Amino acid sequence: MKLVNPLTAIFHPPPTPGVLGVFGHLDAVLEAIRQLRKGGHSDFTVYSPVPRHELEDALDQPVSPVRMFTLIGGIAGCAIGAWLTLYMSYDWPIVLGGKPIGSIPPYVVIMFEMTVLFGALSTILGIAFNALFAARRLGTVAYDARFTNDKFGIFVPSESARQSQVESLLRGAGAEEVRRA
Amino acid sequence: MADTAPPRVTYDFVTRAIARTLGNPGMGYFALLTAAVALLGVGITCLLFLLRYGLGLAGYSHPVYWAVYITCFVFWVGIAHSGTLISAILFLFRSGWRTAVYRTAEAMTVFAVMTAGLFPLIHIGRQWYFYWLIPYPNERGLWPNFKSPLIWDEFAIGTYFTVSTVFLIMGLIPDIAAVRDLATGWRKKLYAITAVGWRGTNEQWRHYTRGYLYLAALATPLVLSVHSVVSWDFAMALVPGWHATLFAPYFVAGAIYSGVAMVITLLVPIRKLFHLEAIITIHHFENLAKLCLLTGLIVSMSYCTENFTAWFGGNPHERAAFWYRAFGPFWWASWTMNICNGLLPWLLWSKKVRTSVVALFVVSIFVNVGMWFERFVIIVVSLAGEPFERFANATYNPTWADWGIMAGSFGWFFMWFLLFVKNFPAVSISEVKEVLPAPRRGKAVAA
Repeated sequence: MKLVNPLTAIFHPPPTPGVLGVFGHLDAVLEAIRQLRKGGHSDFTVYSPVPRHELEDALDQPVSPVRMFTLIGGIAGCAIGAWLTLYMSYDWPIVLGGKPIGSIPPYVVIMFEMTVLFGALSTILGIAFNALFAARRLGTVAYDARFTNDKFGIFVPSESARQSQVESLLRGAGAEEVRRA
Repeated sequence: MADTAPPRVTYDFVTRAIARTLGNPGMGYFALLTAAVALLGVGITCLLFLLRYGLGLAGYSHPVYWAVYITCFVFWVGIAHSGTLISAILFLFRSGWRTAVYRTAEAMTVFAVMTAGLFPLIHIGRQWYFYWLIPYPNERGLWPNFKSPLIWDEFAIGTYFTVSTVFLIMGLIPDIAAVRDLATGWRKKLYAITAVGWRGTNEQWRHYTRGYLYLAALATPLVLSVHSVVSWDFAMALVPGWHATLFAPYFVAGAIYSGVAMVITLLVPIRKLFHLEAIITIHHFENLAKLCLLTGLIVSMSYCTENFTAWFGGNPHERAAFWYRAFGPFWWASWTMNICNGLLPWLLWSKKVRTSVVALFVVSIFVNVGMWFERFVIIVVSLAGEPFERFANATYNPTWADWGIMAGSFGWFFMWFLLFVKNFPAVSISEVKEVLPAPRRGKAVAA
């Protein structure tokens, strides 16, 4: 019996079967997206070298949950800043400059900086978690090196029976190149 | 924003032109890098002498205990500000022209904060106790004093360094992926790891663009706060010449002014060395020059306000301090500052100057010199002329160790910057493409 490294399933999952179309023009991609959505496809992947609002509008996806990460991180940072300054002041109360032990105005500076720090770091975590690590089927769908340069692409997961139908759809929309994966 | 680039610039052209900067950079680059490392060597040598013989070598004498190192600290923190201004504030304002210059400015920000961060450590004299700055109780259980602007400063600079670094890295990810897809050999492996699996899918862009927007929104008030906090290091004290409510906006404008000047100083040679004339155009330089002119005028206005308040306020100590500044033994520093920062930027009203790369380069260097002297005048001259202790006024002069360490800081900064532009895309590939017209079937874009 052959031993299988359990990590292989996580880091090198088997490729997803489907069709990859390479497009040279933005309007062709938009046309393909429209037709795919009309044909009932929803879990296809669109590759683009730049973020374009036209693509966003055509795909009509919900707003990214990254904003919740930013909000929670910011509030947590502000609270940590308040706790840090107030706890440390009252832990050894010592009068400085004739001011109250817990003086809020100077502590606002620390609270503000901590809000920005934690907000920014949790935004990064949010992007990493959503876009890079938790993305569905990351690394299993076909890819072409030109997608970061000047080509757009669409990968449509589909079993071999339906592949020729998807192929002709992509070609009809204006794909320069279509291949099965 | 299609007018920001000539029509022959296509997606493919942009990728290849910027990826080419990672190839063999030629002799000019290595000459600059050698000069930077040599300067750093001078700085390290002086620092070793300072460690061996103590802060007496820095020429400190009563009442001047904040001098060239704090001047350099404020100078470098100031330089750092325009990077985040260009990358975050102009991003929120949707200024298309920022795309060609913001990566350079952001890298400059990160390395300038790295340089600035060294100076408080050099200044404290006993560098091996640097961890005393971290908020933890000392052996008697006493916590740091959060009412002190120096503690605020530590939080502000720490946050600024962290946030500007992650902002730079975030922006780099799609570009590293673009470079990865062109590279071969060991470079491909390196960029494959650093691109962290970026492929430009709709899911990735969806989260990335949102996150980038929030990072910009967080970085915007941060830029304005950091130099305000730095200014409070001075404004919270009672020294005449420091104790002014004007300081926060005055410092922020000055920081952006010097930072934009430094961006021009850095972009001119990079554009030439890496042949990026088609991507970084005169249009970009002109916009930077306008930004420089605007902030320069705010700075000049602040000089006038400062002097007017000293006179109109009627406080004899304040008046004496400003008289000492202009006509005391340090008159040369004040007048260098006034001429370089107040007078020279008026040249930028002329379109001829704004569109001449050589003229802009010269003006930007004068602005950098002027802004260094501004911090010197504010810090050293205010302390030296402190009217409460006229009897103690010493003639302070920077020593060879001060100049050496300052030169070393320039070497340190330029070394990191040069290594960065050689190994990572110095211009944002994906964002430059963003302001280009997208290729459409209707109207073909000529290659």
